[in-house]
Amino acid sequence: MGGAPFSRREAMRRSIYGSAGLLLMEPIGIQAAPRATTIAKDGKAKSVIQIWLWGGPCHIDTFDPKPEAGREFTGALDQTLETNVSGIRIGQLMPQLAKCADKYSLIRSMTHGNNGHETAAYLVQTGRASERDVFPGLGAVVSYFKGYDAGYKGLIPPYVVLTQPQGRFSEAGFLGPRYKPFATGGDPARTPFAVEGIVTPDISEEHQKERRKLMGSLNTLGGALPGNATLKTVVESEQQAYELILGDAGKLFDLSQEKDEMRDRYGRNTFGQSCLMARRLVEKGVPFITINYQGWDTHKQHFQIMNRKLPELDQGLAALLADLSEHGLLESTIVWCTGEFGRTPKVANESPWNGGRHHFGKCFSSLLAGGGFKGGQVLGKSNATGEEVAERPVYPADVIGSIYGQLGIPADAPLPHPLGTPTLVVPGKEEKVPMGGLLKELI
Amino acid sequence: MKKALTFLLLALTPAIAAEAPVYDLGPPVAKIGAELKPHERIDELVLTQLTELGLKPANLSSDAVFVRRAFLTVIGTLPTEQEARGFAAAKQPDKRAQLIEILLQRPEFTDFWAMKFGDILRVKAEFPIKLWPNAVQAYHRFIHTSVRENKPLHLFTRQLLLANGSNFREGEVNFYRAMQDRSPKGIAATVALTFMGERADKWPVKKLEAMSGFFAQVAFKSTAEWKEEIVYFDPTADKDGLTKHAMMPDGLAVNIKTGLEDPRAIFSEWLLRPENPWFSKNWANRIWGWLMGRGIVHEPDDFRADNLPSNPALLAFLEKEFATSKCDLRHLFRIILNSQVFQLSSVPVQDTAAAVAHFAHYPLRRLEAEVLIDALNQITATKETYSSPIPEPFTFIPENVRGIALADGSITSSFLELFGRPPRDTGYDSERNQSTSPPQRLHLLNSSHVLGKIKECPLVTEADGGDHDLNKLADKIYHTLLARAPTTQEIETLKAHMTATYSSGSSLAADIVWALINQPEFYFNH
Repeated sequence: MGGAPFSRREAMRRSIYGSAGLLLMEPIGIQAAPRATTIAKDGKAKSVIQIWLWGGPCHIDTFDPKPEAGREFTGALDQTLETNVSGIRIGQLMPQLAKCADKYSLIRSMTHGNNGHETAAYLVQTGRASERDVFPGLGAVVSYFKGYDAGYKGLIPPYVVLTQPQGRFSEAGFLGPRYKPFATGGDPARTPFAVEGIVTPDISEEHQKERRKLMGSLNTLGGALPGNATLKTVVESEQQAYELILGDAGKLFDLSQEKDEMRDRYGRNTFGQSCLMARRLVEKGVPFITINYQGWDTHKQHFQIMNRKLPELDQGLAALLADLSEHGLLESTIVWCTGEFGRTPKVANESPWNGGRHHFGKCFSSLLAGGGFKGGQVLGKSNATGEEVAERPVYPADVIGSIYGQLGIPADAPLPHPLGTPTLVVPGKEEKVPMGGLLKELI
Repeated sequence: MKKALTFLLLALTPAIAAEAPVYDLGPPVAKIGAELKPHERIDELVLTQLTELGLKPANLSSDAVFVRRAFLTVIGTLPTEQEARGFAAAKQPDKRAQLIEILLQRPEFTDFWAMKFGDILRVKAEFPIKLWPNAVQAYHRFIHTSVRENKPLHLFTRQLLLANGSNFREGEVNFYRAMQDRSPKGIAATVALTFMGERADKWPVKKLEAMSGFFAQVAFKSTAEWKEEIVYFDPTADKDGLTKHAMMPDGLAVNIKTGLEDPRAIFSEWLLRPENPWFSKNWANRIWGWLMGRGIVHEPDDFRADNLPSNPALLAFLEKEFATSKCDLRHLFRIILNSQVFQLSSVPVQDTAAAVAHFAHYPLRRLEAEVLIDALNQITATKETYSSPIPEPFTFIPENVRGIALADGSITSSFLELFGRPPRDTGYDSERNQSTSPPQRLHLLNSSHVLGKIKECPLVTEADGGDHDLNKLADKIYHTLLARAPTTQEIETLKAHMTATYSSGSSLAADIVWALINQPEFYFNH
């Protein structure tokens, strides 16, 4: 991928304003891509929650521990936990996940070999490494096959990101802005959760209503043009917007409607409450939700940061799996937890890192649960130090293609490539995308 | 000329809500006779046709509507409070014609029309056009300079068609690079769309193949310089022998001496003859469509035997004017803008599709994405930050750059995407989307982006308290946003709101600014 047109990290830090507009994305407003005739069928899975560990978590501190490899690999985290599935052990900081290993499977042989944040993220989000054109990420593809074009009617957009967008090469690519995610902004752990465009903390509901009234009575042009079709569209659009601002649709984001015990169970932090929010979105039928969980790029102070973050991840994710299961939603909801790569198994103890880990795309782990995927399994294997894939390499395209399959999107469903190049959701042989095969072992 | 135009700079004391008609004056009057000026001829052709069809034209627009419409249509820029007041107060009977002259010479005119040309000429650094940043700058500079100098459009077109050289140094060669399909057929289809207003995918296959013969000897080669590409004439490039079978779209066969003449020159000569039925018609119709919101042939780039002009005599007249003025862009602007047809109110007598197609009233059009963000920034004195995500080399974009001045279609923002800025992938006029959608309404009503701008807006921060100032406050806000004074009824509404919410000063000003930003009268050109 050398020389591919990828940006500096700065360029990825996009402001999120404007994404409020992605709420209510109706067929009007932004043109749909030309529709393929293949319409996705109903699959076992109806929704996907993608937990994106931005920056890349270390596989051997989490889902692929190597206590035998010695301290130069394990650092201080040299213990493991037995799970409720015999033969599966995970990292010592994840006791809650250890109690529910029957609900998820682990892939310990993820690989793509790329160590750049943007390029690796692009690979893991799209399954492809194309330099010629920008492919859409899986959220946008799901939005294309399961969103408004496929009869989705929700006021909440079909592809939601909690809370910040993942950046330029993890989005809609050549499908165009209509399939971009709606990034909520705000923080679900704060009251109120200031969802961009919907919840405005410094304008009270009363004030919103007064303003709306004022706006209506000042519409002098509307008065001069009664019955004008263009202005009718404006009024209808406005009504829908207010459904979110003042109506019931927007209440979905009001987490105070959940019992305190429920909120505590997930953990009163941004990640935990994002998991709870994701469950509420799934209940409403939103087909794709990404939790963009930042802060995993630990070149320095790796172990201090893990001691802080892994308990959050453990609690939030375990609560999400249990809660989905109790609501009868786990069978129809895929949960995929992954970073763009792993981190170097050997700890960088030298200065200036003093106990850090670097990027590692050669071998890493992902967690996959629900939506018809089996639980309690381990797929693939890394070597004794976690530096090489030892068995059954799994490439991003394998996971993404399998997720499509569970959603009822056939592997040969065409994507509308702007040059008319025949392009399928799962790369065909002629694309020469490295693949290890769809995850039949977990289906 | 200059002296008579000082009215635009006058700052006047606010008038208190005049009860002149807000949007329109009396009916238009068509002059009849042989000695008509070009803009009067336009009126005659349109008004006569309306009468024949039993349609009634709308009244003429009020001064307040005209000044706003002229600024937004001609330079993509909202008039300032002073400009709006100055125009309202000016007494010269020909002040509309004077304003048009001023606008045609404003620097924003060049920015705005370079943007529109940039849409159809596909000025874009990244996928799928992939000009890359250096070439985008060169291409945009060529277009920008051509608009500024009022380069005759046939000359401009010839330079694009005959371009040879480096994409960094000869901006115009990027015409051949700025397309997804650079095969001879792909080039021919692009030329047909851009300069003939026809869609080659609706042509018989043979017709396009024959035309592609003129572009089969265009070659591309890279250099040692990063992303540099040379476009040149290479007789050996025609591997499929297309040149032998080259034929003009009107069936004219030609004999090209291989290696001795560039087939593009032969095509360009055919296209640019004054009597060529395609070239002038295409530009006349496009320009009319840009200014009037609808082509006489619509879509403006879809000329076909079964897509007839709504007013053939008008199109023929504009075509002739364009050709005899030596393809003068500003001349065509001038005659259209000075016509009563352009100056009709948008309040229709009959609100029907036929009335729209025959220009019986001015259509409501949502502001272009770039114009809207610039207008929001102008009234709130805030800025937008644009960044270039494309490396090698990174484009530096100054903080105060306006949306209409952005050179590169790849440099965008979620606001611009939401409000339908064209992706510049195809060059179709319809790429620009000016419809209104719920997400757009939500954004103007309640996004942190817009609410943040209102908070910083000087109209809000400098508002003083006390209800005796309401008249003054409203007058200032109305002139800044809507280029007119508030009506007495609007003042009454504001008073009632003030009483109901006990607000004054900044919070009242914020409410008014917010309520006006959310009026169609603000985000539409009407």
